[in-house]
Amino acid sequence: MTAVLSGVTEAAVRDALGTVVDPELDEAVTDLGFVRSVAVRGADVEVHLRLPTSFCAPNFAWLMVSDARDAVRAVPGTGRVVIELDDHHDSDLINAGLAADADYRGTFGHEAEESLDELRATFHRKAHTAAMERALTTWVRADPRRTEDDVAAVRLGDLPAGKETDSLLSRRTALGLPTDPASPVLLGPDGTPPAPEQVALTFRKARSVRVSVDGNAHFCRGLLTTRYPGSEADQVFRLSIDSALPLEVLR
Amino acid sequence: MYSKDGNDYFVVDAHIALWDARPENQLNVHGKQFIDCFYDYHRNLSPESEVWSYGEYLYQGGERLMRDVFADGIVDHAVFQPARLGEFYKNGFGQTEEAFALAQAHPDKLTYNHYWDPRDGENGLDKLREDAERMDLKGVKLYTADWHGDSRGWKLTDPMAYKYFEACRELGITNIHIHKGPTIRPLDRDAFDVADVDHVATDFTDLNFIVEHVGLPRLEDFCWIATQEPNVYGGLAVAMPFIHTRPRYFAQILGELLYWIGEDRILFSSDYAIWTPKWLVERFVDFQIPEDMSEYAPVSTDQKRKILGLNAAKLYDIPVPAELQVAEADATATGPRDPEAADKNLAMA
Repeated sequence: MTAVLSGVTEAAVRDALGTVVDPELDEAVTDLGFVRSVAVRGADVEVHLRLPTSFCAPNFAWLMVSDARDAVRAVPGTGRVVIELDDHHDSDLINAGLAADADYRGTFGHEAEESLDELRATFHRKAHTAAMERALTTWVRADPRRTEDDVAAVRLGDLPAGKETDSLLSRRTALGLPTDPASPVLLGPDGTPPAPEQVALTFRKARSVRVSVDGNAHFCRGLLTTRYPGSEADQVFRLSIDSALPLEVLR
Repeated sequence: MYSKDGNDYFVVDAHIALWDARPENQLNVHGKQFIDCFYDYHRNLSPESEVWSYGEYLYQGGERLMRDVFADGIVDHAVFQPARLGEFYKNGFGQTEEAFALAQAHPDKLTYNHYWDPRDGENGLDKLREDAERMDLKGVKLYTADWHGDSRGWKLTDPMAYKYFEACRELGITNIHIHKGPTIRPLDRDAFDVADVDHVATDFTDLNFIVEHVGLPRLEDFCWIATQEPNVYGGLAVAMPFIHTRPRYFAQILGELLYWIGEDRILFSSDYAIWTPKWLVERFVDFQIPEDMSEYAPVSTDQKRKILGLNAAKLYDIPVPAELQVAEADATATGPRDPEAADKNLAMA
């Protein structure tokens, strides 16, 4: 009854959690299966999150749980919001910090010096680099006449419409990089197109970033299902540019 | 020695452990969390036939280690890479005396590497000197995320760490194995970042830096640093078992490593007892980069020989029969070691 009056629904809470991203894996916590439970009682919301190991890096864990807290609080009509991280080596510390409405420094004390902004920015850049490589590798593979040396000439407007291009554009927007169709797709770490002799190296470096991000995502997803049997039902299939031949999982 | 299809391979397992994670050795809940994490790695990435019970997993002992690691004579030599974890286990995680005694009993088969921690200060330096003499150390394993009192990690570039590296140089401890972990102060930074390896490798060019787990989960940062330093190597511990569950991902890891760091700087490791070496060696010898992954060149038998043992044998002066040797690649000291290897067109085959 109260839920109806207040208008807070589990679906609305899950939608809000869908905006919370694991910065390392560049994927929503809802798709990764990191949301263990959502309980709505009247206007009050309690969310439990879980991670693939007890020893997942506490700074990344903090980014996710504090983002979850902010996202759920922003759902109109919510009252008391409780977010807890389960089964982590720092669960007590993190949950106490969340309950006290402390920030990162208030929670971790002497272990924190400034903020996690730079860490977050580093992984925004990696997410962009991986998205850029996916778009370019797909472009090269689409036509046998294209080679890695051709990628410098590719503009955003040359990319086919679809999820991969959308994903690249959204990461460009997040970083304040150009999104106009005439903008070159291949950018170096400083956000500008590489010099001609640096093209191949820049593309190769980007590939290693993509291999790393995608590989970590597959491993973390697998570990979660080993740790929490049944959690695979909460995971959304992660598309891969190798999806024609997926990174198969054997048993 | 392992033989298959008329080819012989000298095998060095560059990363094994003799641990004790039984409840009576656990100091607190973190001891249980730590071994549970390892056990999940084990269960998640092993073929079903190789999965152990939880009880077996907690402790193996020397006799079982000898049986598992040197099963069927496949592994010729193995190197202990212990983790202390003194805040999680009463007598530590890696069993120093038990492992050292085993290495003394089988000097042709086992090398004992020890550890140090710069947070032990000057006393630790004295202890390192004693250990080096008693154990005849050629290498150490450093775990930067190990907890120590209020501290949950350290950096290779910490001033005290430099004193330890200088001592290593003086004591002839030339192989520095580095394992990055999830915590380091301040937590504001990425603890897995291998940037500090770059600094120490430049400042200690006479030491070899072997980055364990090939920098995973930061493979890309590791590859980039390793191309710039002639004395940086990659250990395949934890990367190896992907060969079973995720062979295409393993192909990508290996392809990236061969491109960036080259065939002379990659070391096979099982990370025993997380996994056993036998099936990993067998799978690796049979492994090939899938044909449709034209961004990577095929792996040659000689490259496999180097990775499986010859590269580590060189670092540790382990004698290798002459007929099993392979010439070093004519690679550059720095920069991508094999940039022309791959097909530049990525069209699916």
